[in-house]
Amino acid sequence: MATTATVNKRSLWGGGIEPFKASYGKLMMWFFLLSDAFTFSGLLITYAFLRWSAPAYTGDPETFTFSTQYWPIPEKVYEAFPGLHGVEAPLYFVGLMTFILILSSVTMVLAVEAGQRMDKKGVVKWMLWTVIGGFAFLGCQAWEWSHFIHGTDIATIGDVVKNGIWMDNYEIIGANLSFNQYGPPTFAALFFFITGFHGFHVFSGVFINVIIFFNAANGMYERRGHYEMVEKVGLYWHFVDLVWVFVFTFFYLI
Amino acid sequence: MEQLTSNVVVQPVDKAKIRGIWRVALILAIVTAIEYAFAFAMDAGMLRTVIFIGLTIVKAWFIVSEFMHLGHEVKGLIYSIILPMMFIIWLIVALVNLEGGAIKEARGVVDVDQPATEHVGGEEH
Repeated sequence: MATTATVNKRSLWGGGIEPFKASYGKLMMWFFLLSDAFTFSGLLITYAFLRWSAPAYTGDPETFTFSTQYWPIPEKVYEAFPGLHGVEAPLYFVGLMTFILILSSVTMVLAVEAGQRMDKKGVVKWMLWTVIGGFAFLGCQAWEWSHFIHGTDIATIGDVVKNGIWMDNYEIIGANLSFNQYGPPTFAALFFFITGFHGFHVFSGVFINVIIFFNAANGMYERRGHYEMVEKVGLYWHFVDLVWVFVFTFFYLI
Repeated sequence: MEQLTSNVVVQPVDKAKIRGIWRVALILAIVTAIEYAFAFAMDAGMLRTVIFIGLTIVKAWFIVSEFMHLGHEVKGLIYSIILPMMFIIWLIVALVNLEGGAIKEARGVVDVDQPATEHVGGEEH
């Protein structure tokens, strides 16, 4: 209603007052993100707990080989790069993924900034870059999963239960939810669960970003008079980046 | 309540604000580069883990306070987000450091310094 701006005495219980000076949508987005942060904390706590209670490798990192008896050194697991078969590139690819996600977070901030200036062209341009960044990250993750599942050239010998049958000295190549060539079964299971759950968040984020991109391009927010939707979706997108910062540290560095 | 506004005024770009955004991006890139330097130059251990988590919190702080704009919201909103997260961090420290280590000890899990070779001889199963 156009008249609300001229009313001087607003009743406290009549609505129109924003708690924390944030709009309803933004506030709810913050609390949703808080609850989502609890979910991810639960997953990361599980990871760290299982890792700290698993046998560690205390030998020389130079002579490290994969074994199902101890937790692997992450640098030795994530050392592949597309197109560089057999070349050791520890953490290079995940570094690229981190870089892509941070950049797409920056383009999202720029989209929000353009929205605050009612700059439709700017919003459309930066939203498009954000969507491209999101797709690039998802593509990288698909490649990483594929490599992780198919494994390296050298098999790891271990005892596994395959299709209900106990197998001694089985040549393990790659990874699945039951066993993997990199370390204890929980290692790959946690990798799939945590990066998968994050990847699904990225996927949802890209999906929402695409909708916002089309809405902005069609002038919906210009007609509405504000670009608050871009800010709300921006909060979600930054949260996805934030979670990746933690996943990166816990999974790939420590 | 959508209304048609035919003449939308696009406000000019605030150069300082844009520069601020890129400055935060640069800080994030530099902190990540420092993490890489530690990953390659330092042997794994408790100290390195603490450094990694510390640098991660630095990055998280910049993302939340600048990119997500929480640093510019009212105090009540800041605390309602930060306080629950601080309790979570308490939980993480308690579960991971204390419980994880205790379970490992209780189970009698021993660290391995070299992988055992294939099982010698074939016991019948």
